[in-house]
Amino acid sequence: MKKRSESIRNKLLPVGAFCLILLFWWLISVTGLVPSYMLPSPVDVARAFIKDFPNLIEHAAVSVQEAIYGLGIGIILAFLIATAMDRFETLEKALMPLLVVTQTIPTIAIAPLLVLWMGFGMAPKITLVVVTTFFPIAVGLLDGYKSVDPDEIDLLRSMNATRSQIFLHVKIPEALPYFFSGLKVAASYAVVGAVISEWLGGFEGLGVYMTRVRKAYAFDKMFAVIILIIIVSLLLMALVTLLRNLTMPWEKVKEK
Amino acid sequence: MELLRTEHITKSYDSRVIIRDINIHLNEGELVSLLGVSGSGKTTLFQVISGLTPPDTGKVFLSGENITGEAGHISYMLQKDLLLPHKKVIDNVSLPLVIRGMKKDRAQQQAMPFFEQFGIEGTQEKYPSQLSGGMRQRAALLRTYLGSHGTVLLDEPFSALDMLTKDQMHVWYQEMMEKIKLSTLLITHDIDEAIVLSDRIYLMTGKPGEIHDELHITEPRSERKDFNLSPEFLSYKQQIVARMKNN
Repeated sequence: MKKRSESIRNKLLPVGAFCLILLFWWLISVTGLVPSYMLPSPVDVARAFIKDFPNLIEHAAVSVQEAIYGLGIGIILAFLIATAMDRFETLEKALMPLLVVTQTIPTIAIAPLLVLWMGFGMAPKITLVVVTTFFPIAVGLLDGYKSVDPDEIDLLRSMNATRSQIFLHVKIPEALPYFFSGLKVAASYAVVGAVISEWLGGFEGLGVYMTRVRKAYAFDKMFAVIILIIIVSLLLMALVTLLRNLTMPWEKVKEK
Repeated sequence: MELLRTEHITKSYDSRVIIRDINIHLNEGELVSLLGVSGSGKTTLFQVISGLTPPDTGKVFLSGENITGEAGHISYMLQKDLLLPHKKVIDNVSLPLVIRGMKKDRAQQQAMPFFEQFGIEGTQEKYPSQLSGGMRQRAALLRTYLGSHGTVLLDEPFSALDMLTKDQMHVWYQEMMEKIKLSTLLITHDIDEAIVLSDRIYLMTGKPGEIHDELHITEPRSERKDFNLSPEFLSYKQQIVARMKNN
């Protein structure tokens, strides 16, 4: 009973904080403390969101598509490279510094280059999402592989297990929590990555639409786009959590 | 009949000799303990016997066959139960059979009848985190047994249990050994445990670890109820302590 009320309290706290911020935002805009052309009120944003909804969804579909394709390729690439790095120590030593360096390059700086090289289609957007999402997944997976208790590997070796059997029965399942932590971060990067790459060129997508409404000084619509990006990112993260719960039922049991 | 024999096993790491010239044997149905202080190389010896690491010199024979450096012949259970947290108990237990190439369903079918015998009936569909310490050890022992060809190596399997559970496990394990005709080589640093469980005890001392002595416990294992309260038990204990001190 106590645990249940604590859980309800924990869920209500962020909702309360969110409502307070919304109230604060509404107050500073209706009192004229910040002019409405600079900061539209939450009511104006909600109105713009509803009015513009079909348009927003159309653009969001493109951005989500880019994010999911990029994330999918990022996962495959991260899995292949992290697994190879775990298998060959020399490869890990050679690649790890390079991977870290790739993460210090600002996304916004390479986006125009990608557009220049790949044109205004989907390819540069997907590539940018791959670049931003690959790293947290690869590092998560690699940490997961390394976290396996060496005694568990010895146990399987004593059963005369092959390298691939050890990988299948121990390494992959025990790396899953690390993989999903990385994937959760990557999922939030994916939508943002797609939107940033759309800022620099393209014909559709939330980033393209955002640039359009910004140039028209329609800040209520711009806020509506930002809210939609947040919603899409949260939905993607929730999807990752759902996948995690489905693929790791033993963790649920442990929590009980 | 002699099941397991080691001949002149020596093993070193980074030019430091860990164990030297180890000659031991295990007969069918026997429980033999390797008793020694920490760092005397008991675990290294087990790794050599189980084929996890090859010896520098020496040989390991199982039923007369040279199995030196070959894994998969003898099951090995460590102090930690090492039940894989992501597998249900039934999958953990049948894992050695699956590793050998048996289909999952068949491996589970083969493991099922032993659950009752090992006192863990009803845990098949549970995850290891849902079991108590004693139950986990039993599940791990069942896995070790299913992976064995009648011979198991146990590396301090009961040391993490509380005293009461440990005593219960001792009684249960002896009964189990009789029932399923198991032969066991046990590592322990607990003198009481070695006396209560063993037919013979090898005393391992020194750095590098060597076998210095061998002690026979003549009382039949089946007649050792409350053995640890008997004068004979005390006499064995005094002998072991004296021999270990002399070495």
